[in-house]
Amino acid sequence: MLLIKELKKALGVALWFVFLTFPIMVIKVDPIERIIRYRWENAAYVAIVTFTVYLVMSFIKLRKLRVTADKKESKPSRNVIHSILNNKKQLAVLSFMILAIALVFPHFFSVYQTNVMTTALMYVVLGLGLNIVVGMAGLLDLGFVAFYAVGAYSYALLNYHFGLGFWVVLPIGGALAAIFGIILGFPVLRLRGDYLAIVTLGFGEIIRLILENWGEFSQGPSGISNISRPGFFGMDFSLETSIMYMYYIMVIGVIVTIFIVNRLQDSRLGRAWIALREDEIACQAMGIDKRKTKLAAFSLGAFWAGLIGVVFAAKTTFINPASFTFLESAIILSIVVLGGMGSIIGVIIGAFILILMPEYLRALSEYRMLAFGGVMVAMMVFRPQGMIANIRRTYKFEKQK
Amino acid sequence: MNTQILKVNGLTMDFGGIRALNSLDLDVNRGEIVALIGPNGAGKTTFFNCITGIYAPTEGEVYLAAPGSDTSVSLKGLKPNQVTEKGLARTFQNIRLFAKMTVLENVMIGRHCRTKAFVLGAVFRNKATRDEEQSILETSYAILQKVGLEQYVNEFANNLPYGAQRRLEVARALATEPLLLLLDEPAAGMNPQETIELEKLIKEISSEGQSILLIEHDMTLVMSLSDRIFVMDYGKKIAEGTPVEIRENPAVIKAYLGEDVDA
Repeated sequence: MLLIKELKKALGVALWFVFLTFPIMVIKVDPIERIIRYRWENAAYVAIVTFTVYLVMSFIKLRKLRVTADKKESKPSRNVIHSILNNKKQLAVLSFMILAIALVFPHFFSVYQTNVMTTALMYVVLGLGLNIVVGMAGLLDLGFVAFYAVGAYSYALLNYHFGLGFWVVLPIGGALAAIFGIILGFPVLRLRGDYLAIVTLGFGEIIRLILENWGEFSQGPSGISNISRPGFFGMDFSLETSIMYMYYIMVIGVIVTIFIVNRLQDSRLGRAWIALREDEIACQAMGIDKRKTKLAAFSLGAFWAGLIGVVFAAKTTFINPASFTFLESAIILSIVVLGGMGSIIGVIIGAFILILMPEYLRALSEYRMLAFGGVMVAMMVFRPQGMIANIRRTYKFEKQK
Repeated sequence: MNTQILKVNGLTMDFGGIRALNSLDLDVNRGEIVALIGPNGAGKTTFFNCITGIYAPTEGEVYLAAPGSDTSVSLKGLKPNQVTEKGLARTFQNIRLFAKMTVLENVMIGRHCRTKAFVLGAVFRNKATRDEEQSILETSYAILQKVGLEQYVNEFANNLPYGAQRRLEVARALATEPLLLLLDEPAAGMNPQETIELEKLIKEISSEGQSILLIEHDMTLVMSLSDRIFVMDYGKKIAEGTPVEIRENPAVIKAYLGEDVDA
């Protein structure tokens, strides 16, 4: 009944629009031939478009009514992702599916696609690392790329001078970056908010400028080339296989990162970070050592950046300081902010959107920064908590007497 | 064991040229409820901030009894978290809960200084860490039950009604196992019903042997709760004694109501 009524209404609206637009859409005076042309097909287009638009609008309106009616009865529903995350079975099925897709991905797509996906996965890990510092501990770090550079250069230099392999340098790069995290952490222990952001920004630039200008150490702007790709028990790969190999390394890397970050988040340390973000004075008054907690956040965040730095150097086989500009920090920070501060799944989705979109919309590359800025502004206005806000773990207790 | 749990000698705090605390002496005995009162701006909260390490006092000594022995430790120069670890926990006048954490997590934060799992423990979740986590959960839940907030366990702290937020602050402080609990205006902004419930809660905590030092403006509450009262004005102690003594003390009346015109 309702449907027929709506259809009739839509038909009426469509006819009315055709009538209204008749003079401009259908009639066309041709001044040269001095005749009037009737473009009846335009009338048909107007009718069809109006008809569908009207139907869609009324459908949305109806749904809204129904949803508000439902809301009064049932509890306010959480969004789809949260409900999946809360359901162990659904979560297991979903992650298994994603894993399966990830594993067969390079066999169905071209080398180029695999390469792009590897980059996206790298940014997932970078985002998750920065998420510890910014999302959980609330320390706005604008120089995150410095740690990424430390990792990349430690592999490049150790490989160049001593011929050390990827797997040996991977932990060294991570550890070195973590140490740099502590070095940055010490002077900024007392700083918060804007001031912290400025100092970290400066730190990022200092590292880049050192790499650029200290020629004897880093070979300056010309960079280091011929960095060896990761080996696998002494086997040498063709270019294609090694790209695939890199991809699988990153898949494993992402899984391990998610696992560890997830555990950290629900631990005593993770709670301390979030408390630190919420209220520093109350946090200290509750017996949390601010210094230890902040340094842990800085060094753990930097650790992931260092690891990915090593991977980056191995993947591109050539690095120079131009890869570690402030823009890189900004992109990683945007991943965290866009995805949702403190939310692991949000950061993952944010990384995929921000890294894959520009890659597949190359035709619009001129407008990339414009779109980027627009999205960020829109995000801050409409959804400041990010796409997927972090939810805290809930606990169940049996009723005790 | 010595009966004195907190001993403050000649505590002085200068902010530039302003002497906020002027050679203040104060002591709290084990199991006592002591109230610190005084007009607005008398320096009560400054006193709390000084003994909890948020401010570094200009002069004076603060001693807290060491648990289980006859000695006491100086709190001078310790950081706020170290003071809490030594057994001095506080609430805040303007509520400072961790807004985006659940009620339970807020209390779990209080257990932080009594537990020790760190990065490796968190990542590997070995037996010791799991046990510790379980004990944090159980203790925290028990404390929530004690203050009557167990129905809010998974609620965000800033979604609680005002009175419940105050209680949660008390719960969070209790979770640190304090020797002495400092309450900074726990009844501020509460309606009469909430105040009565708070009084009941404080009495209950006290009956379990918890020593309490509180700042409060609600005189009915102060008179009915405290064993002893210290009165401050302009950073100085102007009176000290039992509620009855304080009520009749001319200096206190003067500080609160002003001097008689004829006098």
